[in-house]
Amino acid sequence: MAEKMELNEVEVWDGNMAASQALRQAQIDVVAAYPITPSTPVVQNYGSFLANGYVDGEFVMVESEHAAMSGCVGAAAAGGRVATATSSQGFALMVEVLYQASGMRLPIVLVVVNRALAAPLNVNGDHSDMYLGRDSGWIQLDAYNAQEAYDLTLMAFRIGEDVDIRLPVMVHQDGFITSHTAENVRPLSDDEAYAFIGEYPMVNAMLDLAKPVTYGVQTEEDWHFEHKARQHHDLMTKVFGKVEEVFDAFEKKTGRKYNIVEEYFMDDADVAIVALGTTVDTAAYVAEKLRKEGIKAGVVSPRLIRPWPHAQMMEALKGVKAVACLDRSSPNGAMGMLYNEVAATMYQSDSKPVITNYVYGLGGRDFTVEHAENIYKELAANAEAGKPTTPLQQFIGLRGPKLSFY
Amino acid sequence: MKYLGWDELLPGAILFSFDEELDKDASYILPEERPYAETNSHEAYVGDWRVLKPVYNRDLCIDCQFCWIYCPDVSIISRDKKMIGVDYDHCKGCGICVEVCPTNPKSLLMFEERIPNEEALAQWPEKE
Ligand code: SF4
Ligand code: SF4
Repeated sequence: MAEKMELNEVEVWDGNMAASQALRQAQIDVVAAYPITPSTPVVQNYGSFLANGYVDGEFVMVESEHAAMSGCVGAAAAGGRVATATSSQGFALMVEVLYQASGMRLPIVLVVVNRALAAPLNVNGDHSDMYLGRDSGWIQLDAYNAQEAYDLTLMAFRIGEDVDIRLPVMVHQDGFITSHTAENVRPLSDDEAYAFIGEYPMVNAMLDLAKPVTYGVQTEEDWHFEHKARQHHDLMTKVFGKVEEVFDAFEKKTGRKYNIVEEYFMDDADVAIVALGTTVDTAAYVAEKLRKEGIKAGVVSPRLIRPWPHAQMMEALKGVKAVACLDRSSPNGAMGMLYNEVAATMYQSDSKPVITNYVYGLGGRDFTVEHAENIYKELAANAEAGKPTTPLQQFIGLRGPKLSFY
Repeated sequence: MKYLGWDELLPGAILFSFDEELDKDASYILPEERPYAETNSHEAYVGDWRVLKPVYNRDLCIDCQFCWIYCPDVSIISRDKKMIGVDYDHCKGCGICVEVCPTNPKSLLMFEERIPNEEALAQWPEKE
C-alpha cells in the first residue's frame, strides 16, 4: 500500500503539480509517459511521488509520446486505471493512438498542458493541440487555473470510467500561464479524493484469463460504421448527463460549482465573448468593468469542449445581440473552431446574434485587458447596428498591418 | 455471423475470443478443443499477401521453440513443446522464425511461395 500524503487545507501548487497530485490520489495502476514542455512536471512530480513511496502503480518510461499512449492503451485494455500527460508536438505524436483509445472505449485520463504546434518551434501556450484532438472521440474538459486543473482531473476519472460511458477524457490547461503559475489550491485529502473517484470498474479486461477478449479488432465495412455510430451516440447522449451528475457530486463535496457551459454576467448580456482557458478570466474581469460604463457585457465558455454542448451553448447565448468567438489557434484557412461551432449552434436558434471571430494569443502572445475592451466595444457597435461593423475574422495582438478577412 | 444493429454491439472494438464462457484458464484447454468465437482471427484467413514462405524441416529441428516465441503472427504450430509446422493461413512471410532458428543448417528456411514444400525440402543446404 502506498503511503498517504499529508496535505494542507490550502496548498500552493502550479497547474502541473495540481494535476500530478490528482493523478497520485486516483491510485493509478499504470502511468506511461514521455516528458514534453510544459507538461513535463506532471509526470516528473509523479515520478518523485513513486520514488518516495506515495504511488503504488507502475510508472513506465517510454521512448516517445506515441509509445506513451500506446502503453496506456495496452494497460487500460489489460484492465487497469491509466493516465498520462502531454503537450503540443507530443500530443500530435499521440493522435494516432488517441483514436485507438476512444474506439476501444478505454477510459484513460490525459492531462494536456496546451502549447503551440511547430513550425516555428514554440514552447508557449495556445490551443493548437487542444483543437487537434477535437475529432478523436475523447471527452475534453478545460481548466482555467490550477484549482480547476486539480478538480477536473479528479472528476475526469469518474466521468470516463462510468460503465455506461467508458470513454477517455482529456483535461486541458494553458501552458505556462496555468501550468507554471503557483496559486492557492484547496485539495481533498487522499482518502476523500479516492472515495470520490471510487474503485476502478474493470470491464472486459484483456487479462481476464477466464474470459479472454481481443481489443482493437479489424472490422472493415462490415462493422466499423456500427462501432463509430455507437461511440458517437454515447458521446452525444450519455456524456452530458454524467458530467452534470459528477459536477453536482463534486459541488456537494467541495462547494465548488462547475457547469458544462460557464456563464459570467450573462443574465441580461447584450454582448458576449466566447473563449477558452485563462482568457475566460481576463474577459470576465473586463466584462465586469465595462458594465460600470453601461455596456452589458458577458462571457460564455464551454467547460466541455467535446462532446460539444450544443443545447447549453444555445441557451447561454439566447437573446445576446453580438458574440465574439475568440480562437487561440491558427485557423489555417478557415474561421476559428469556436466561431464555426457557435455559428452552427446559433444558426438553429431563434435569436441570431451577429457573430465575429477573433484569432489571438498564438504561441503565448499575451491577451490583454485592452484587447478584451476593444473587442467588447466592437461588439457593442455590432449589437447596435444589428450587423457586423468589423470584418468577420480579425487577428488581434499581431505586429504590423491589421490582418482581417471577410 | 449474426447481424447486429449499432445499438446492440458491445461498446468498443472488442471481440470475445471464445463462443462460450470459460470456467477455467484458457491456457489449460488444448488448442484443438478451444471453442473459438466466429469472430476470432483463428477462424479467418489473413496470410494471403505472403511472397515468401517459411518451410519447416523436421529432420533438423531441436524443438527449441525460438520460432514459436518470436513469430509475430502466432503462426508457428507447436504442441506439447514440439514443433509441428507453420500455419500458412496466418503466416505473413516475414522470415523472423528463420532468422531466430539456431540449428545448422536452419530448420526453417524461406522459399518462394510457388515452390512446393517437397521440392524445397529436397534442396535443403548442407551444414556449413
Ligand atoms: S515467416 Fe513470420 S509470420 Fe510466418 S511463421 Fe515465420 S515468423 Fe511467423
Ligand atoms: S527455431 Fe528452429 S530449431 Fe527451434 S523449434 Fe523452431 S524450427 Fe526448430
